[in-house]
Amino acid sequence: MIRFTRVSKQYTRGGPALEEVTFHLRRGEFAFLTGPSGAGKSSILKLVYIDERPSSGEVRVDGKSSVTMTPREIPRLRRRLGVVFQDFRLLEDRTAEQNIAFALEVTGTPHAAIAPRVARALTQVGLSSKGTALPHELSGGEQQRVAIARALVNDPLVLLADEPTGNLDERATRGIFQLLRDINAAGTAVLMATHDLDLVRDTGLRSLELNKGRLVYDSGADNQEGTL
Amino acid sequence: MRLAFREALRAFQRSPVLSALSVTTIAFSLFAFGLFGLVALNLRNALQQVEDRVEVRAFVAEGTSPEATSAAVGDVALFPEVASVRLVTEAQALERARRELTEFEDVFDAGILPASIEVRLKPGLRDPETVRDVARRLRLYDFIDDVRFGEEWVENLYRLRNIATGAGIALGVTFALVALIIIGSTIRMAVLARSREIVIMRLVGATDGFIRAPFLIEGVLKGTLGGILALVLTWVAAELTGRWVMEVTWFDPQIAVAGVLAGALLGLLGSAVAVGRHLRKV
Repeated sequence: MIRFTRVSKQYTRGGPALEEVTFHLRRGEFAFLTGPSGAGKSSILKLVYIDERPSSGEVRVDGKSSVTMTPREIPRLRRRLGVVFQDFRLLEDRTAEQNIAFALEVTGTPHAAIAPRVARALTQVGLSSKGTALPHELSGGEQQRVAIARALVNDPLVLLADEPTGNLDERATRGIFQLLRDINAAGTAVLMATHDLDLVRDTGLRSLELNKGRLVYDSGADNQEGTL
Repeated sequence: MRLAFREALRAFQRSPVLSALSVTTIAFSLFAFGLFGLVALNLRNALQQVEDRVEVRAFVAEGTSPEATSAAVGDVALFPEVASVRLVTEAQALERARRELTEFEDVFDAGILPASIEVRLKPGLRDPETVRDVARRLRLYDFIDDVRFGEEWVENLYRLRNIATGAGIALGVTFALVALIIIGSTIRMAVLARSREIVIMRLVGATDGFIRAPFLIEGVLKGTLGGILALVLTWVAAELTGRWVMEVTWFDPQIAVAGVLAGALLGLLGSAVAVGRHLRKV
């Protein structure tokens, strides 16, 4: 579903971010992107949601190629992806419900369909009682749950998570990680960037390790070929 | 579209101070432009009034037959530059002199003032060259003693008019540019204040057109409000000047409406440029 073929990314300032990265994430799979800061984890996620284009090589997401994709196609693709970040990126002046509804409103979802879908997403992340709370009234873990609900509300094929537990204490981290596993168990693929190796260890999940822009280890490499 | 309107209004609600500041900034930029427009309009009117007084006066020699004078008046009326011709007889000239120069009322005797042909030119044909040419043609009649049109005065008036026009265009363009830059920066500030929202909108798959719409509506609203406020300020300024200094001509209704529409258009363009630049950057 996400296929990187010899992808390199060069920034005009800052030098190479990725070099010759090749991997394939299958539908419904859970994989970690690990590596130290600056290894290229965020660059990979940005290339998936086409915030960046590769300098060379090809990124294919749900059958669409980064080489041939027009700017008009990008929003359509993003509606099939969910993205969460370390800093949550919630709108501070809107309630949890309104933040989630925002993702549906801007994609033209009929008005009547919004409320039930928001309620379902809130339930899915375990926050059904906090829909009317503003972000600053919620804990870090809860804010991240709202962000995850916003990412999920459009029923994405894959959830891209860029250090989603980076700002959280250990208890909240475990909670968010479990939530991501539950989401994955329900059929959504998850690609999660993290430098928290304790979290990755013993999970038995696939891990892609990056170092200085190169993919140095892929625990799922033996099982690379699958359906796109 | 409904959502775009809601988001635009929400921006006003959410940051009322910034929005008020934007509207005020737009209003004051347009007010400066409006004041300049008012000065230009009144200066033009004043010059027009003076220009309306441009007149060529041909003095008729004593003893000229009324038929010859009347024939000349008929001829002159047919000159393409001429708006009107009037014959002032000796008696009329005397009466006018007595009326206008009351202190010399007793000095004037009958026959002291000659009859004259007074020629007024059409608007737009009162430049020194045309006036001089009409005077030259009047001199061709052998019963015309002298032709006067205040040559130096007409030339000075035209020089003043040209300077006023040139300065008016230069100042007008400068004021308009300054207004445009200030309005553009103000709206850019509003766009930057909402950059987080733009990032999120993009992330969840909003199209650029969708992202732009609320900003464009916001720009038009701010521009229109700024335009109305500027119009009110200009009106107050004109009223105060009228009350304390001198009478001032106010804009025609069409110009006033055009001013508000110009505010709306500036708001729209400023927003389009600011949000377009921002979208290309993020």
